Amino acid sequence: MGDGLQPALCILLLAVVTLTSACAPPPEAVTETALASAERGKAAIERVGCASCHTITGISWPQGKTGPALDGLERRGLIAGELPNRPEVLAAFVQDAPALVPDTAMPAMPLTDREALDVAAYLYEIGR
Amino acid sequence: MLEAWPPPIFDPAGPYAWPITTLSWVLLAMAAAVLVLVVVALWLALFGSQRAQAKVGGTKIIWMAGIALPVVVLTALLLYGLWLTSSLSDEIEGDEMRVRVTGEMWWWRVAYLDDEGQPVSHDANELHIPVGQPVVLELESGDVIHSFWVPRLSGKLDMIPGRRNLMRIQADEPGVYGGQCAEYCGGPHALMGFVVVAHEPPAFARLMIERTAREQAPAPGAASQGAELFQTTGCAACHRIAGTDANGLAGPDLTFMGARRTVGAGILPNNTGTLMGWIGNSQAIKPNNRMPPYPVLSREELQAITAYLEMQR
Repeated sequence: MGDGLQPALCILLLAVVTLTSACAPPPEAVTETALASAERGKAAIERVGCASCHTITGISWPQGKTGPALDGLERRGLIAGELPNRPEVLAAFVQDAPALVPDTAMPAMPLTDREALDVAAYLYEIGR
Repeated sequence: MLEAWPPPIFDPAGPYAWPITTLSWVLLAMAAAVLVLVVVALWLALFGSQRAQAKVGGTKIIWMAGIALPVVVLTALLLYGLWLTSSLSDEIEGDEMRVRVTGEMWWWRVAYLDDEGQPVSHDANELHIPVGQPVVLELESGDVIHSFWVPRLSGKLDMIPGRRNLMRIQADEPGVYGGQCAEYCGGPHALMGFVVVAHEPPAFARLMIERTAREQAPAPGAASQGAELFQTTGCAACHRIAGTDANGLAGPDLTFMGARRTVGAGILPNNTGTLMGWIGNSQAIKPNNRMPPYPVLSREELQAITAYLEMQR
């Protein structure tokens, strides 16, 4: 009987630990990017028209060719060939590219901070 | 982001749209009632008592429900429909504001007309109107048959080569109303969108005064690199900008491009990115439209032309 109870007890303990740790607030820096939503990001991409220049996985129309295709971004080394590929950097870049890379052709886009993080989340998700 | 896709057909916003919506609902309700009648009759014929089956199968019911009832119902519906939509075909008085909208493959040429019918301001893919009053549209075509349709403001009316069809639209509230070509016109027909912007009458009057004046004045940014590139790279061969040497008429008028809500004929929001993407390679956005891609432009040139167009407002 004791043998049968042991695994069940372990699972219960594990569940309790998981649940309680999920309730603990994550550090501030993580919150911003962790709360970003790829789904909202896709909506923002469609609203401002990123795909006018970029062919983006999951966006069926348009499939712009003026800028590079945006797939596999998660495994890419650098953003725009010079910035470290981190979510907050990507978010800042999609919002105001010339501020980070002055000689890029990409203009600042009408995205809020929140939307920019969401867009970054989407671009990473499609690369998986 | 087509403004009128899917078409908001059950959301009328003016007196020339609501009769159509009402009629649609009435027709839908009648069709549902007839469906119920037919299903009940079928059920009786299959599972009803001997007496019911004999009744459903008799000659009398064919005369009554098969001929008399449809004649009465359809005549009543026809008369009701004609009465309900009579305002749509009222004689056009001639003192309303007039705008000529010409269907082109695959965009819309817009000319605001004065009392003599002469164009006083040119635009494309966007129509500004005052709220609360009817505006008469002279619908024409420059090539094939198109159909003008702004679902929330009016019904559809074909634009036929060699003809001038008149239609009234009216918006009761300020706002933006999407339109869509409703007659297959080849190639990117599905990407031939349109936008109507309704303003309060004073704001509309101001806009028209500004625009009419702008047509006679020199264009902004005449000394910029973009202005020069607009001439030298070939843009001016197809596009007009009032007050410059650019007077091409094959493509949309760009005198107010910077103020336009959309890029590519009602299909993309107008911002620096979409405009640049369109100029760089519109074929990737609207395949087979008549503007070629411009891979020959450098980054600086593309930015300069875009900036110049954004000044045109």
